[in-house]
Amino acid sequence: MQMPAPDVRIMGLKARLVSRLSEVLPPDAVIADPAETRAYECDALTAYRCPPLIAILPASTEEVAAALRICHEEGVPVVPRGSGTSLAGGALPTADCVILGVARLTEVLEISTEDRLIRVQTGRTNLSVTGAVEDLGFFYAPDPSSQLACAIAGNIGMNSGGAHCLKYGVTTNNLLGVTMVLMDGRVVELGGQMEAGGLDLLGVVCGSEGQLGIVTEATLRILPKPEGARPVLMGFDSSEVAGACVADIIRAGILPVAIEFMDRPCIEATEAFSGAGYPICEALLIVEVEGSEEEIADQLGLIEEIARRHDPVELRRAKDAEEAGRIWLGRKSAFGAMGQIGDYLCLDGTIPVGELPRVLRRIGELSEQFGLRVGNVFHAGDGNMHPLIIFDANREGDLEKAEAFGAEILRLCVEVGGCLTGEHGVGVEKRDLMGVQYGPDDMDAQMDVKDVFDPAWLLNPAKVFPLEASAGRRG
Amino acid sequence: MDGLRPTSESELADAIRGATGPLSVRGGDTRGMAPAGTPLVTAGLSGIRLYEPGALTLVAGAGTPLAEIEAALAAEGQRLSFEPMDHRALLGTTGVPTIGGVAAANVSGPRRIQAGAARDVMLGLRFVDGTGRIVANGGRVMKNVTGYDLVRLLAGSRGTLGVLSEVALKTLPVPETECTLLAEGLAPGGAVDAMSRALGTPFEVSGAAHLPDGRTALRLEGRAASVRYRAEALRGRLGGTWAEAADSAALWREVRDVTAFAGGHAAIWRCAIRPSRAAALLAAIGTDHRALLDWGGGLVWLSVPSGGAEAVRGAAARLGGQASLVRRGPVPAEVPALPPESPAVTALSEGLRRKFDPRGLFSAPLRENA
Repeated sequence: MQMPAPDVRIMGLKARLVSRLSEVLPPDAVIADPAETRAYECDALTAYRCPPLIAILPASTEEVAAALRICHEEGVPVVPRGSGTSLAGGALPTADCVILGVARLTEVLEISTEDRLIRVQTGRTNLSVTGAVEDLGFFYAPDPSSQLACAIAGNIGMNSGGAHCLKYGVTTNNLLGVTMVLMDGRVVELGGQMEAGGLDLLGVVCGSEGQLGIVTEATLRILPKPEGARPVLMGFDSSEVAGACVADIIRAGILPVAIEFMDRPCIEATEAFSGAGYPICEALLIVEVEGSEEEIADQLGLIEEIARRHDPVELRRAKDAEEAGRIWLGRKSAFGAMGQIGDYLCLDGTIPVGELPRVLRRIGELSEQFGLRVGNVFHAGDGNMHPLIIFDANREGDLEKAEAFGAEILRLCVEVGGCLTGEHGVGVEKRDLMGVQYGPDDMDAQMDVKDVFDPAWLLNPAKVFPLEASAGRRG
Repeated sequence: MDGLRPTSESELADAIRGATGPLSVRGGDTRGMAPAGTPLVTAGLSGIRLYEPGALTLVAGAGTPLAEIEAALAAEGQRLSFEPMDHRALLGTTGVPTIGGVAAANVSGPRRIQAGAARDVMLGLRFVDGTGRIVANGGRVMKNVTGYDLVRLLAGSRGTLGVLSEVALKTLPVPETECTLLAEGLAPGGAVDAMSRALGTPFEVSGAAHLPDGRTALRLEGRAASVRYRAEALRGRLGGTWAEAADSAALWREVRDVTAFAGGHAAIWRCAIRPSRAAALLAAIGTDHRALLDWGGGLVWLSVPSGGAEAVRGAAARLGGQASLVRRGPVPAEVPALPPESPAVTALSEGLRRKFDPRGLFSAPLRENA
């Protein structure tokens, strides 16, 4: 993975930039000491690191605007950073950039249960948005697994999903409006209502990976908490059968809140790690439904009836909250369990759900071919796969081999009608694979949007689009 | 009808590349709001390309009649969850609504509050922009964050950035049953209050509207036992008298299509506003009007015999909302149909139009329904 060579002119501006930024930001919000900027050298894609020139931590929309205006005048690239949990390298700095962290933008600005919305500053964490409304009986639906740490700003940048988006949708379906600062310091309000009057600019900003503007405030849809939720665990002796069972559940007209899938390598690792009591089999499904006790019983009854037609090796309905917790424990510790085996690369392709058996078979073959183990966790209802490729970071060439294996899997996802990334974003990780999914005109149309919002290509410039594709625009 | 009638995406691209003046792009032309120019009719880009009920996925040519899609879905016990409005009754138009027209105008009905808008279930699309460039974005899977989301940008763009050639949608199962609870005689403020309380319960209300005749309606859908349970629970939470509607489906078609305002010569406005401010909006208009509140009060339909452009737009703006003109009636031609935007947003939108339609083929003034 390549990044553009740092601009020597900009590197030489450091003292002047620190001085100008310090005029508009509090002293402790401008970080220039290399010992401290190192804290911003990477996000959760730790394979790539580079300390920024300067990091800044503005605490208001006005401070963001003032800082961006300076960076714009000086022609300095700005890389936005939420909580740094991106698995795609979305917040990876370059040596000539200013990192703009939103960590100090944490206020709740308004809660309206009547209008079913909350307005927050975007440095607030995903889980603490729910925390602010749960006593009122509400929650914020998108639930990425990093929700304890990840910021709303990053969720909007990457259009984050989660395990429950089969029913509740992803960030874009739960975002009503934003306050955003453009690279030149202009502040725009986008959205705000349940529909746009003119062009849906909010829709294109969500998921634009911090390349169109810095979102400082967000209006989010909140939903009433369901009366209850309960999972059922099912084991099958092949992934084909598990896949057929998922399709039958969906076709029967039931819309579970989550359908999670794990394959044998993942089940074995998870069981050894967490002792969740999973059956050791080829494919495991966790299907969760919501409602009152009676509604849950009714839906689970129907789901189990469908499952029985597929000869499950295990069918276990959670009797109470404790058993529900145990069923989810394994799924939630799956990444940690795989991490016990070795370093891992977590992929994020999406496939049409009917292609699951074929894709898993092919991943198995590729695993043999590359000589690397892989486990699969999968949001089965919506086709979002998370193959975890195990490698040894200390062994020469292993990371490159894992990346090559990962690229093959993502090519496969696109080949069967899916996409490169379902919820993690492109960042730098999948940047050079964009051409697998999109042709030159498709990418040009997307880059045209960036030209309009950020004509000088200063915001997070070396991400999303292959460098050779964006070269002429980046200047 | 004269004009251009491409039967494939490449013919569409050729037609746009060869255009020498403004194009008037039409799906079924049921809005009566196509711009002036050479008609470009998408009816030839028709047909369901893929339908996988088990994956809740349908892909169709943009000119495919909505009715054809709805029939194919119904045969598998599924539907378009966003309940697209049929404009023909309200606007007195004829024509065949197409899926491309629905997508390009983000046409979303009462279930928008629970199941999302048209834009929320659009998984991918293909379009040809004003330079003749064929662009694909999104795909056919439910989760896709690969690159920028042009799907949402094109949804609701009303053909000003390009002509859709294909749309991929998420479908949903038709629930076993539905039930609507009705209260009579609530004033708008009281109706919004009741709707907000209902939408704040976990009972998954999938429609909340206040009709011009004073009825307030709350819809529940799902498995029969569950709907029964939730209807009782909702009554318990709301208090007052809530009777069960005799024909729930017919009532929501009436809300969806705003048939109460069909006929006549009044201006019809569609206002998006925070529900808690809907009653204040009605009070602020002053001039004679009738109102239908959908989306729990978040969508206010107004029928204003005098037009009321300044009153409606002014009140909506003061309350942080926005008003679009759906039927002009006596409103002067110089009043734009779409709500005003801030200068910064206008600059961005204009910038996008210049990129995607540099020759201004799609931006002729709207030939609005008189």
